[in-house]
Amino acid sequence: MKRFIVTAFFIFICFLMQCTVFRALAFGGIVPNLLIVLTASFGFMRGEKTGLLIGFFGGLLVDIFFGSVIGFYALIYMYIGYTNGKFSAIFYPEDIKLPISLILGSDFFYGMICYVILFLLRGKFDFSYYLVHIILPEMVYTVVVTLFLYPVILRVNHSLEQQEKRGEKKFV
Amino acid sequence: MSPIIKRKGEKFTLPGKYLLFILTILCTGMVLLTFNTTVFSGPLGAAAGYIIVPFQEGISAAGSFLRSRSEELGQIRDLIAENETLKAKIDELTIENTRLQQDRYELTSLRELYELDSQYDEYEKVGARIIARDSGNWFYSFVINKGSEDGLMVDMNVMAGSGLVGRIVDTGPNWSKVKAIIADDSNVSAMVLSSSDNMIVNGDLRLYASGVISFEQLKDSEDVVVEGDKVVTSNISDKYLPGILIGYINTINTDANNLTKSGYITPAVDFEHLEEVLVILEMKQTVEE
Repeated sequence: MKRFIVTAFFIFICFLMQCTVFRALAFGGIVPNLLIVLTASFGFMRGEKTGLLIGFFGGLLVDIFFGSVIGFYALIYMYIGYTNGKFSAIFYPEDIKLPISLILGSDFFYGMICYVILFLLRGKFDFSYYLVHIILPEMVYTVVVTLFLYPVILRVNHSLEQQEKRGEKKFV
Repeated sequence: MSPIIKRKGEKFTLPGKYLLFILTILCTGMVLLTFNTTVFSGPLGAAAGYIIVPFQEGISAAGSFLRSRSEELGQIRDLIAENETLKAKIDELTIENTRLQQDRYELTSLRELYELDSQYDEYEKVGARIIARDSGNWFYSFVINKGSEDGLMVDMNVMAGSGLVGRIVDTGPNWSKVKAIIADDSNVSAMVLSSSDNMIVNGDLRLYASGVISFEQLKDSEDVVVEGDKVVTSNISDKYLPGILIGYINTINTDANNLTKSGYITPAVDFEHLEEVLVILEMKQTVEE
């Protein structure tokens, strides 16, 4: 129950920050993708199921407020969470290289999907422009924010796991 | 254990891949359903609106409070510095006095312009504050703090100052989503005020940085349209009310087909620093088919 509340709170805060505070801090009109950081980190920390559920609900929020159809971003974020969950077997909390590269990869994937479905299919073929001006800056900014956000997520998850372990011992 | 046959007392858990499969079908279904209808946007929008919007409003209110405080502090510092320099050099006051007189002429001309602006007064408008911007980097839309409870409806036009900002594309009870005319997927039917030639104004992500929007399919066989001409919404648009200022023609080129022209428009609205907008409560009259 506690984990549920904390996770919901995380999705909530990340979405709010992304469309209010970071909009004001945008460099060249680019905002970092906090929801990707959240979805991917919970994916490789907790496994496929948590990843895809967080992705689904985070994406659904984006869909309701900013999407033109409901379910599109939910689908993308969900698959990102699920794929990151596949890496939970080789994830160690001490290692920072795997999380960073996974988050980078996830954001690149997100950018590519957005470009192909929302722009390429409307006949906007100038891929190099969108890569250099939207996808890459977003990745860089997201990684910078990850360096601050990821330790917080890691620590919260760790303390939740500790509490859950203690709870289990009590029953035994 | 098999996910289908389970022992008694074993806690039922749904494996991740099945959950993924179910949710994928759910999402695809919702995408298909909401592509042309607004089945889910009502209840989902209402639920999300009551949870999220108060926080968005709070954060943006706090943000603008802090910004105005910091601006005030900056102004106080400026005033002190200014005071010292003014005391030191009274001569400058006379120069400034002349400049102020010039400003007065400017004020008179601005007032004249303002009277021109009163053409929009016939529309009933309501002010709203922007509380959130698009969370992605691909499109330009924002959320305002008024919704269907305040009488707003989908397709109402949104202005800021004297220029067109966009139109409402989605409403919740206490929020509305506005798609700006500079968004990559938005098109506006417009006309040149001087010659009444119609054209299509479309937003382009690649032009955000340079602060212009593009237009195309302008038929101007007599070459009367020049740079600096006013562009307003056309009277044949089925979403936008006629005669709302969009901007001024910045560059104009003849297309390769030698029939139509295209180019760029400088919008009348500063989209970088939008905080408050005006929603026109009147809707464009359309013919029911």
